[in-house]
Amino acid sequence: MRKSALSYVYKLAQQDERVVFIGSDLGPGVLEVMKQAIPDRFFMEGVSEQHIIGMAAGLAMEGFIPFVNTIATFLTRRCYEQVALDLCLQNLPVRLIANGGGVVYAPLGPTHLAVEDMGILRTLPNMTIIAPCDADEMNRLMPQTIDWPHPIYIRLAKGGDPIVSKPEYGFEIGQAILLREPDAGLFVSTGVMTQMALEAAKKMEQSGLDCGVLHIHTIKPIDKSTLSHWLPKVQGVVTVEEHTRIGGLGSAVLEFCNDEMPEQAVKIHRIGIPDRFADQYGTQSSLLTHWGITVDSLCAAMVQQLHKS
Amino acid sequence: MDIRSKHLRTLIVNALVGGGRGHLGSSMSMVEILRALYDSFLNYRPTEPHWSDRDRLILSKGHGCLALYAVLAEKGFFPQEELTTFCHPTSRLGGHPEKGKIPGIEASTGALGHGLSMGVGIALAAKIRQQSYRVVVVTGDGEINEGSVWEAAMSAAKHQLYNLSVFVDYNKMQSYGSTREVLDLEPLTDKWRSFGFEVEEINGHDVQALEQLMHRLPLSGHKPTAIICHTIKGKGFPFAEGRAEWHHKSRLKEEEITAMYECLR
Repeated sequence: MRKSALSYVYKLAQQDERVVFIGSDLGPGVLEVMKQAIPDRFFMEGVSEQHIIGMAAGLAMEGFIPFVNTIATFLTRRCYEQVALDLCLQNLPVRLIANGGGVVYAPLGPTHLAVEDMGILRTLPNMTIIAPCDADEMNRLMPQTIDWPHPIYIRLAKGGDPIVSKPEYGFEIGQAILLREPDAGLFVSTGVMTQMALEAAKKMEQSGLDCGVLHIHTIKPIDKSTLSHWLPKVQGVVTVEEHTRIGGLGSAVLEFCNDEMPEQAVKIHRIGIPDRFADQYGTQSSLLTHWGITVDSLCAAMVQQLHKS
Repeated sequence: MDIRSKHLRTLIVNALVGGGRGHLGSSMSMVEILRALYDSFLNYRPTEPHWSDRDRLILSKGHGCLALYAVLAEKGFFPQEELTTFCHPTSRLGGHPEKGKIPGIEASTGALGHGLSMGVGIALAAKIRQQSYRVVVVTGDGEINEGSVWEAAMSAAKHQLYNLSVFVDYNKMQSYGSTREVLDLEPLTDKWRSFGFEVEEINGHDVQALEQLMHRLPLSGHKPTAIICHTIKGKGFPFAEGRAEWHHKSRLKEEEITAMYECLR
């Protein structure tokens, strides 16, 4: 997914002279092809995230479209004030490409996990937050970043993730995609957790329960019309995200239900990371399992939801 | 202090009184810096604030905005009468300047340590597009406690941004007290020089000297410039000069207002 995103930045830069790339201190050879071909719009600025965001804002003020790339947690925690004031307050079209959203960097420990990135950014006016589910969807997103008139945070996964999106579903920023039509229950997911939701839906089918999957790639602005169409039609809803249960997708769906459809008693179970720092290393998969974010737990939650109703 | 400097200070006091509050000390220390920049250095068109070839000034020490508002109003960016609406609920003129609201304001500032990075981006944009506009960033001294300023300084030097000049309003007082006591900046000139800047020091209240120096900018064809302006916090008001309690003033007493105008006669 990261490779797709960065390759696409180069492609966009070739097509559009407003596109610039800014990295912090990325791995050797990142976007070497762009560095060689368009050196005046390729910048590797060092371990200085606060400055990088401000510099990107300055370039955007002059009509450029900067794509900033570094590790997700350093692109959010470290420079939050710059993101809030330089980008969001001034509503500038800077694109933040965040490596390792969620617990991709599980072996590196809590300093490198981005588990509250979407939550803290969701509170910022003008910010758009997108978590694609696979590399193909990333490729469909990237061309749309050119004309979107606000800052965008793009949350990348590990890479090499299975492709579950389909071209026929298309891609529009802010429009959720129904990957599987629901009958009894609906899994609502974002990012690569959509893969897990699809697996859970398949497993539920084997038990005779038809469950849908709504992939919300754009957490903000959230697709209210799709939510209001499908949520009242099902008996149970389970949200799943690779993010703390505070402030992310599940919270956004709860807020939507409370604020926009208070007459509907939609039952929602939220699956996400508990409110504590990671106490294990291992792998992304082992850490998710440790926290109970698994296909089985999704199914169990859905069964319980449907049983309640 | 000449008539013009007193006039600009009068506009600032009018705004301060209108708003009932404001960063008096921080504004008064840089009146002459801004005056010289807008009188003798910057290219701009008040009726066409987005003119593409204009020079860009970022007031990184956004809390000193009263001084910038006064200069912009005096130059015709917006009506001078508007100054007295400072901080009113629907005024354009807030306690920190916001881009998009006020003609002539290039960046929203107020949280310290942001302006130089944005200035680097704007100067870099000129370099990429081979545009000739110049970028000026005015920082405070307490402000450069922020590490982000030095991140930006390294970047400016790396990119050889000779079109970028930083004016440090070195009044040697920050909110709590003297910069020496809170977090000593010395040796300040050496610091900027070691970060790759061409540096000069100047009396930040000597208009003639400031203008002469500005005519020599850029000081280098391949380095950014830093001008350390030695100034006096609250300059022009003996009861406020160098006194931390006048850094920001609210709940102005009638006798304080009278005393301020007395100083400007």
